Amino acid sequence: MTLPSLSNNKTAAQIVLSQFAATGVQTCFHGRHIDPQILANLDGSNWHLKDYESRGGYQALRKILGQDGGEGLTPDQVIAEVKSSGLRGRGGAGFPTGLKWSFMPRQFPGQKYLVCNSDEGEPGTCKDRDIMQYNPHSVIEGMAIAAYAMGINVGYNYIHGEIFATYQRFEAALDEARAAGLLGGGILGSNFSFQLHAAHGFGAYICGEETGLLESLEGKKGQPRFKPPFPASFGLYGKPTTINNTETFAAVPWIIRNGGQAYLECGKPNNGGTKIYSVSGDVELPGNYEIPMGTPFSKLLELAGGVRKGRVLKAVIPGGSSSPVLPASIMMECTMDYDSIAKAGSMLGSGAVIVMDDTRCMVESLRRLSYFYMHESCGQCTPCREGTGWLWRVVDRIHNGQGRQNDLDLLNSVADNIQGRTICALGDAAAMPVRAMIKHYRHEFEAMIQKNTVQAVASQPAVHSTGHASAQA
Amino acid sequence: MISESTKVRFDREIAKYPTEQRQSAVMACLQIVQEEQGFVSAESERLLADYLGMAPIAVHEVTTFYNMYNQRPVGKYKLNVCTNLPCQLRDGAQALKHLERKLGIAMNETTADGLFTLQQSECLGACADSPVMLVNDIAMCSFMSNDKLDQLIDGLKSAEA
Repeated sequence: MTLPSLSNNKTAAQIVLSQFAATGVQTCFHGRHIDPQILANLDGSNWHLKDYESRGGYQALRKILGQDGGEGLTPDQVIAEVKSSGLRGRGGAGFPTGLKWSFMPRQFPGQKYLVCNSDEGEPGTCKDRDIMQYNPHSVIEGMAIAAYAMGINVGYNYIHGEIFATYQRFEAALDEARAAGLLGGGILGSNFSFQLHAAHGFGAYICGEETGLLESLEGKKGQPRFKPPFPASFGLYGKPTTINNTETFAAVPWIIRNGGQAYLECGKPNNGGTKIYSVSGDVELPGNYEIPMGTPFSKLLELAGGVRKGRVLKAVIPGGSSSPVLPASIMMECTMDYDSIAKAGSMLGSGAVIVMDDTRCMVESLRRLSYFYMHESCGQCTPCREGTGWLWRVVDRIHNGQGRQNDLDLLNSVADNIQGRTICALGDAAAMPVRAMIKHYRHEFEAMIQKNTVQAVASQPAVHSTGHASAQA
Repeated sequence: MISESTKVRFDREIAKYPTEQRQSAVMACLQIVQEEQGFVSAESERLLADYLGMAPIAVHEVTTFYNMYNQRPVGKYKLNVCTNLPCQLRDGAQALKHLERKLGIAMNETTADGLFTLQQSECLGACADSPVMLVNDIAMCSFMSNDKLDQLIDGLKSAEA
């Protein structure tokens, strides 16, 4: 390829690299969302403050502060609105957002913090990246509203270190908001103040766990804390702290503008609003799809272009790599919401839908996931630190044709001894895929083990005769 | 010694946190050190520890806990290819193999000319763009087919020529 002749090497290299940067066209601006709220009308260039305001941005903040000619909303009214919306945490746990906000001791006299968890590292998930890259002010406005509702005046957005360019984008958006008086002291002439800063990780999956994230924000190894105490009473620097996911905050302005009831009605009971699903793996059109809660999985698959190369759907990991795999027959009956996926035996999690076609070997897939959890275990709890290594080594030897007859029992036993016995959920996250893979695809594991055992039996006489021969010699 | 221009960058990060919580800026300051020097040396850790009022070992704990800090010098271009499951399903592992062949090195190695270090990485958070690769901790390269990998390597080589 030809490069522009430039004397500055660094610039030339940057030009080369910029040719391969994602544009969002494939993953975000494809026009295949259904009634989108957060990803509506984005094109990659219209992320700036003025663009966001032209889409109705910061009207919700003006509304609650009474800067739109109205009377404003009290913090209690804001929380009540969010409660009525049925909004649940978009990071993985699905905890009702309004309820979480009500746990914050609002009359607490000391410092309190608001934290946004943008450490998006759950394999399969890439929605928060697109939100912050292409609509960063939706997160800023959502955080400002949350801060007002809980009486908080300092917040941090902790962003996955691997998406450093997105961190820089978010910082640029913060500068715009500060310059316009939408952040800082006396916002929009009111007596509400909110300082918001961006921080970044640098390659540790565990920091997506909220207390690991807090440790990291304090400048330490991201090793999760015992709970209780929960962050609402002992969070950042030991102060009351509320932590929500990026997409959760981004959903809030719409709710305040249009009302909690309208948001709820976009989805289904107990599963309000729209949700952004990151669809990856064996589909024709991987990307982020914002659709109403309760949309059939089959519809989401159709939006993503169907299974790649016209193949047959085999299995789906519906909520990020930590959620249990579901076979196609079960998945095709599900709707995409917390309750339906939970009823089917898995979790909606972060909404990362990993699609696998009928050519995929489940032993190989599990092997890669088990390696990941072993690599990312923070090491502080023995069952997880040691157990994830056991899981990987056993799956690896099955995959290498050296599986033993009792290996599946061994895997289940190791998983049993991890699950529920660790400080944080990484242990559970490592164990659940193992159990689900063995539950639904036992025959694939057994076939690989069987093959080895048969070979071993067949080779035994040769070993014996060699022994005989040497004994006779 | 920390240069004045670097101190300005450090101070911008420190200012985000309460005055008694300078340590919170360690992640960002280490990133700045790596961007400027290519890796985090023991000497840099000591200087930074002093600047933030931390024990050197506390800084070292951070350097060694997080995957992206380079604990030793790497090539001019550090290539991190994601091979986690969503990427594996879309040729992520294949992309790593292709680069091994193209560069004539195995993963975790650096080319003899010091230009490229090749590493496997865990989820980069860009699963729908697979195969994906992160260059020097900042430039995310998406949809990296073999052709595009070749273009990228050849392009960087001519940029350095």
